Amino acid sequence: MSIVQCDVLIIGAGGAGLRAAIAVSEANPQLKIGIVSKVYPMRSHTVSAEGGAAAVIKEDDSLEHHAYDTISGGDWLSDQDAVELFVNQAPKEMIRLEHWGCPWSREQNGTVAVRPFGGMKMKRTWFAADKTGFHLLHTLFQTTLKHENLLRFDEWFVTRLLVEDNRCQGAIALEIATGKMTAIKAKSTIICTGGAGKVFPFTTNAAIKTGDGMAVAYRAGIPLKDMEFVQYHPTGLPFTGILITEAARAEGGYLLNKDEYRYLQDYDLGKPSSKPVLRSMELGPRDRLSQAFVKEQEKGRTYEGEYGHFVHLDIRHLGEKIINSKLPFVRELCIKYENLDPVKEKIPVRPVVHYMMGGIDTNIEAETVLPGLYAAGECACVSINGANRLGSNSLTELLVFGAIAGRNAANYATQQNGFSKGLEAQYKNEANRIEQNFLKKKEGKVKIADIRKAMNNTLEAGAGIYRTETSLKKSQEDIQELKERFKYIKMDDSSITFNTELIAALELSCMLDVAEAVIQSGLHRRESRGSHQRTDFPNRDDEKFLTHSLAYQKEDGPPDIKFKPVTITKWAPGERIYGR
Amino acid sequence: MKDLITLNVFRYQPEKSKEPTYQEYEIPYHKDWVILDALNYIKDQIDGSLTYRWSCRMGVCGSCGMMVNGKPVLTCATFLESYTPGPIRIEPLENFPVIRDLVIDMSDFLEKLKKVKPWIIRKDVGSEDREYLQTPSQLADYKQYSMCINCMLCYAACPVYGLEPEFIGPAALALAQRYNMDSRDEGKNQRMKALSHDTGIWQCTFVGDCSAVCPKNVDPAGAIQRYKVEGASNWWKTLLLPYASKD
Repeated sequence: MSIVQCDVLIIGAGGAGLRAAIAVSEANPQLKIGIVSKVYPMRSHTVSAEGGAAAVIKEDDSLEHHAYDTISGGDWLSDQDAVELFVNQAPKEMIRLEHWGCPWSREQNGTVAVRPFGGMKMKRTWFAADKTGFHLLHTLFQTTLKHENLLRFDEWFVTRLLVEDNRCQGAIALEIATGKMTAIKAKSTIICTGGAGKVFPFTTNAAIKTGDGMAVAYRAGIPLKDMEFVQYHPTGLPFTGILITEAARAEGGYLLNKDEYRYLQDYDLGKPSSKPVLRSMELGPRDRLSQAFVKEQEKGRTYEGEYGHFVHLDIRHLGEKIINSKLPFVRELCIKYENLDPVKEKIPVRPVVHYMMGGIDTNIEAETVLPGLYAAGECACVSINGANRLGSNSLTELLVFGAIAGRNAANYATQQNGFSKGLEAQYKNEANRIEQNFLKKKEGKVKIADIRKAMNNTLEAGAGIYRTETSLKKSQEDIQELKERFKYIKMDDSSITFNTELIAALELSCMLDVAEAVIQSGLHRRESRGSHQRTDFPNRDDEKFLTHSLAYQKEDGPPDIKFKPVTITKWAPGERIYGR
Repeated sequence: MKDLITLNVFRYQPEKSKEPTYQEYEIPYHKDWVILDALNYIKDQIDGSLTYRWSCRMGVCGSCGMMVNGKPVLTCATFLESYTPGPIRIEPLENFPVIRDLVIDMSDFLEKLKKVKPWIIRKDVGSEDREYLQTPSQLADYKQYSMCINCMLCYAACPVYGLEPEFIGPAALALAQRYNMDSRDEGKNQRMKALSHDTGIWQCTFVGDCSAVCPKNVDPAGAIQRYKVEGASNWWKTLLLPYASKD
C-alpha cells in the first residue's frame, strides 16, 4: 500500500490550482503542498483562454460598475456578497500577476491596457494580446517553480476523496505512467479541476474537461450548485469548436446573418453602430447572443454547412494591423484550422458550449460543506457568475478564489493534527474497484466511445440552449440508461503502463454523473433565466426561483434537487438592459 | 465508398515486448481531419490500447507533439491532407525515452526548466496597488520568447540534445532569455551563472533546427546565439574584473 502525506493537497494544476498553491506557500512556507494533476500543469485548459481578465484599474471605472455588470449579466442569480468580494480583490490579484511577470498588453505610457468586453459597461479587461490564459497559466506555473515546498504529482488522476470523521483528509490517486494507486493524505484539500464542457458534443473545451473534480465531490455527498446553467459562447468555429474570442467583437467585429445583416438589432440588443458600443449589440452578454442565433436559425437566416448552421463574424474592416496586434491568435487559428484569413474573409461561427456556471457548492471562503474541503475556479460555484458569466470574469475568478481557497486551506491544515484510522480501508476498496471494474474486466461489450457519443447527443438534444420538461426528461432517461450500460464497457487495454483507456473510462463515469446533475437541475428550474431557457416557462420567476439549485447524488437514479436563497446585498433584481 | 488512408504507427508496450513495433491502421480519409483526429478515430473505433497525449486541439496546450514522417509537429495542427495519399508514419518525439507508444518521458525538461529560474527576480517587490510600468516596446523586447508552449518539438529536432542529454536545451534557454530581457527583471546574472557550466550551449552550431520546427515562432536558436554573445562577454568580465560586485 502506497501512502504519501502532505499538509494541503490541491487537485488540478490550472490557473486556480497554481494560484492556490502559491497562496498556501505564502501563508505558511512550512506547509508541505501536494499538487495532483492529470496533465502537466502547462497543459491545463486555462491555457486556452483568449480574450482577457476583468479588474477595475482605470480612473473612470469603479468597483460598483464591475459589480453591477456582473450581477445583471448573471440575471441576478449571483450572490452579491461574493461579487463584492470578487470585484474588490480583482485588481490586487491582477497586479500580483503582473508583478510575477505576466506580459500584459500595455498603453504607450507603460500602464496596462484594457479592452471592452461583452456585457461590461467600461473597458476593464486586461489582456495579453489574445492569449491571455496561456500567459496567465505559464506565468503562474513558472512562479510556482521557485517555491520549494510544492510537491507535484504530474499525470496523476484522482479517483476519489478520502473522507473520514466528517472531514476531507486527502484523495486517492492513480499514477498514470505506472498504474499505481496512492493514498495522498492531506489535512486540507482544494479541488481546482475546471469545467465539464466535454459532456456536450460541440464545445470549446479541451479533451481533459470532463468534470472529474465535480464528480468526486458529488460522490462524497457535496452538492453541485446551479448545474443547469451552461454557457454557450456565440462564436466557435464549426466542426472543431475552436473558440474565436469575444475580443474579436470587442475590437469591433460584426455578426452577420446570411443576408449580411447585423441581426442582433432584432433581439433587443441595441442599434448597430460602426464602432463598438459597450453593453450593446455584439458586446451584449453571451447567453443573449447565443439565443439570438437559434432564433435566426429558426427564421432560416443562417447558413447551413457541413457541420451545422452558422453565421459570419466579420473583422475585415479592423485591418491587418489591428488584427495582428490585438487578435493574432484569431488569425492564426483561422488560417491553421479553417484555412481562411480573417483579414480578407469572414469567419464562419456558431454557438458552442464553453463554460459551466455551476459547480461544487462553496461559500465566499471557498469552503464546501465538508470540513477540510475547498474548491475554486470553474469547478466551483461561489456564485459570482449567476445564470450567465460575463466574458473575462473567469480568469479573474480563478485568481481571486484560488488565492482565498489557498489561504483558508493553509489555515485549516495548520489546525489539524494527524489523520483518522480507516483511510487504509478506503484505499484498499478503491484499488480493488479500479482493478475489478476496469483493468481486469473481461465480459464487457459496450464501447466507451459509443456511450460518450450517446451522452453528448442527448445532452445537446435535451439540455441545449432551449429546453423543455419533455426534452429534459428524455435526456435524464437516456443518461440513467447509459449509466447502466457503462457497467458493461469493453476494455481493450489491461496494461498498467500509461493506460489512457482506463483514464477515458474514469472520465466518462465522471461526465455521466455531471450530466445527470445538469439535467435534473434544469428540470426543477421551471423558469427561464440567463443561459437556462425553458420554452415551456419562458419568463424569469423571482418569486419562486431567485434561488440556487443544489443537486445531491442518490444511490440510484437522478439526484435530489434542493434550493437555497440567493444573497442580495444592494442590487434588487431588475431588468437586464442592453443597448438602450 | 469513402477514401481510406493508412497510418503506420509506432507501438511500444513494455509489458508485452521489449522491442517496439509498427502497426498499420487503415482509416477513413477526411480533408478536415488533422493527424490527431485520425489517432482519435483509431482509439475510439479500432484499438483502445493506442496511447498518446492530447488535450486542447487548438495548438496551445503543447501536449500532442509527435514525429510525422520523420518531422516533429503538433498533430492537432497538421492535416492529413498534407500527406496524401499516405501511408503516414507516426512516431514518438525523438531524443526522449518512450514510456509507451507515442508517449515520451519529459521529466528531464521539467527539471531543466527550474534551473533557469523562470520567474521575476528583483530586490524591491513594488507596491501592491500599482503595476510596474512597461512600455509596448519594452514588452516587444521579450514577447517572442514568452510564446513557448513547451511542446518539446525543438528538443526532438535538436542535434546537440540528441548527443548530449545534459544540454539544457532550446526551450529552457529561450525562457531564460524571456526573463533576462523583461524590463521588470533583475535576475540575469543569477540565470547566467546557472547556465555557465552547460557545455551544450557552446556546441550549438546555430543550425537552427529548433527554430524551424517551432510552431509558435519563438526562435530559440536566436535566443541561444544571444546568450553566447553575452555569456562570452561575461566570462571576459570575470577575468578582467574579478572583484567587481556580482549579484
